[in-house]
Amino acid sequence: MAIDGASIAGVGWTRYSRNSGASVEELAVEAVRAAADDAGLDVQEIDGLVTYGLCDTAYSGVVGTSLGLGELNYFSDHTAGGNVACAVVTEAAMAVATGRAKHVAVYRALNGASGIRYGGGAWSQMMATTSLFSDAEPQFLDTCGLTMPAQHFAMLARRHMIKYGTDHRDFAAVAMTCRNHAALNERAQMREPLTLDRYEASPWIADPFRVLDCCLQTDGACALIVTSDERARDLRKPPVRFRAGASSGHAARGVMWTNFAEDHSTCYAARIADRLFAEAGIGREDVDFAELYDCFTYSVLVQLEDFGFVPKGEAGAFFRDGQAALGGRLPVNTHGGLLSEGYIHGLNSVTEAVIQLRGEAGARQVEGAGFGLVCAGGAANSGSALILGAA
Amino acid sequence: MEMLPGQPLPVPTVLTQPFWDGCREHRLSLQRCLGCRRFRFYPTAACPHCASPDSRWEEVSGQGTVYSWIVARKTYDPYWRNRVPYVCAIVELREQEGLFMPGLLVDVDPSEVRAEMPVEVVFEDVSETVSLPRWRPRGAAAGRSG
Ligand SMILES: [Zn+2]
Repeated sequence: MAIDGASIAGVGWTRYSRNSGASVEELAVEAVRAAADDAGLDVQEIDGLVTYGLCDTAYSGVVGTSLGLGELNYFSDHTAGGNVACAVVTEAAMAVATGRAKHVAVYRALNGASGIRYGGGAWSQMMATTSLFSDAEPQFLDTCGLTMPAQHFAMLARRHMIKYGTDHRDFAAVAMTCRNHAALNERAQMREPLTLDRYEASPWIADPFRVLDCCLQTDGACALIVTSDERARDLRKPPVRFRAGASSGHAARGVMWTNFAEDHSTCYAARIADRLFAEAGIGREDVDFAELYDCFTYSVLVQLEDFGFVPKGEAGAFFRDGQAALGGRLPVNTHGGLLSEGYIHGLNSVTEAVIQLRGEAGARQVEGAGFGLVCAGGAANSGSALILGAA
Repeated sequence: MEMLPGQPLPVPTVLTQPFWDGCREHRLSLQRCLGCRRFRFYPTAACPHCASPDSRWEEVSGQGTVYSWIVARKTYDPYWRNRVPYVCAIVELREQEGLFMPGLLVDVDPSEVRAEMPVEVVFEDVSETVSLPRWRPRGAAAGRSG
C-alpha cells in the first residue's frame, strides 16, 4: 500500500568512533537534536520517536525526557536487529500520513565498540533475554559453538558459494568497493585503501569470513526527521520523499533459520522487490544508487541479486567489474557502508541516501541522483527496504 | 591450575525437555506434526508448515548430509574460544527435505568438509545428566580432534 505525503526533512549524526566516551542516551539526544537543527525545526516540535535495538539503544521514554518532549503522540521501541532499519522509516511515514504525529524522529544510538559488542560475551546473554528469538533456540546454538552473528551469516554465505561458485574474491570486491567510497566520506572510520592482498591477509573469524568481511562495530548515533510533504516544504532543507517501503518478516524462523522455507542462498529481498518497485512506480533501471545492508560482505551480494539487479550468482562479477563503484552502473554503499563508515545498525545507510538525494554528498555525490534504494537485512528471512526520491 | 570455563549446557524449556531427555538416552528425537506428518526443528509450539498444535516426539535416524558449514577460527565466547578451530554445520536430515539442524562436527579435519558430506549423530556425555548431539562423517573412526 502506498503512503502518500511523507518526507524526510532532516538528518543528524554524532561522531562515529571506537570509543564515544558518552552514554548511549547522550548519543541519541545529540543525533536527534542535530537532525532537528538540520531541518530547521525546534526540537520540541518533535511529537513522535521511533527506535530499535537489541536492548542497546536508548528507548523513546529516555530520549523524550532528555529532549524535553512533553507529549509523544507516537512512539515505538523495537527489540529488533538491523532488518528493521528501513521498516522504522516506513512506520514513521505511516504515523505522519495517518495524522498520528507531525514530526517523527527515527534514531539509532549505540556504543557498539566500547559497550555491548555483538558476538561478545554479553551478546549471548542478550540473545537469551531479549525474547527476539524463541527461548527454545539459543540452547542449541550455545552448546554447539555457534555464538556470534558472523558464524550464522557465514553459513548462508557458504551456501551461496556451494550453489553458485561464489568465492572470496567476490566478498573482497564488496569490501574494497565500500572502502573506496569511504575514502570520500569524512564521517567514515576506515578510509585507508584496501587491496586484495590486504583483504587476504586479514585474520579469519568464521571461514568463509575474515575480519574484513565483517562490519565495523561502532559507537555513535544517527537520526532523521519524518514529516508530511507539506510541512517539509516549509522547513530548511529540500525534502526527500518517501516513495515506497516494504518489509518481509516471514516469521522469525530462528537465528540459524533452521526452519527456513527456501534455499539459504536467497533472502527476504526476493519476496518484497516487486511490490516495492510497483509501489514506487519505478523500475530497477530508474534507481540511481543503492545502500545495501552490509553487516557482512556477502549480504550485499545476495541482496543485489534478490532485488533483481543481476541474475542469481552474478553479483560478485558486478562488483569485481566496478559496476557498483561510483560512476558504475549502480553505485552501492556510497558512504562506505557498515563495513567502512561504521555500524549504526543500518540507519546510517538511510541518512546517506538522504544526503545523496539532496545533492550534498560532495566528492562521493552520485550525479543527478533521483531515486535511491535502501535496504536492511543481513541475508536471510527478514528484512525491509525503502525507495526514496529527490524533491 | 587455571580453571577453564566449562562446556555451555542447555537450559531446557518445557518445549525442549523431551529433546534433551532423548539425547540422554543417546536417541535423537524431534517433534513431528500430527497434522501434516512433517518433522521440525527447533521445537515450536505449533507446526511452522500447517499451524497444527498437535505433535509428538519421534526418534529419527540421526543420519544426514552437510548442507552448509563454517570453520570457527576466532570467537569471544569464554568456552568456545579455547576450542578453535572447530567446524559447525547445518545438517539436513535424511527424514525430510529441508529438515535442518545446526551442530558441531567432530572427528574431521576442517579442510576435508564438503557439501553433501554424509554425517551421523554421536552423543557426547558432558555431565552425569547431559548428553549433547554431535555430528561426524559417516563411518569415521572416533577419536580425532574436533
Ligand atoms: Zn504440520
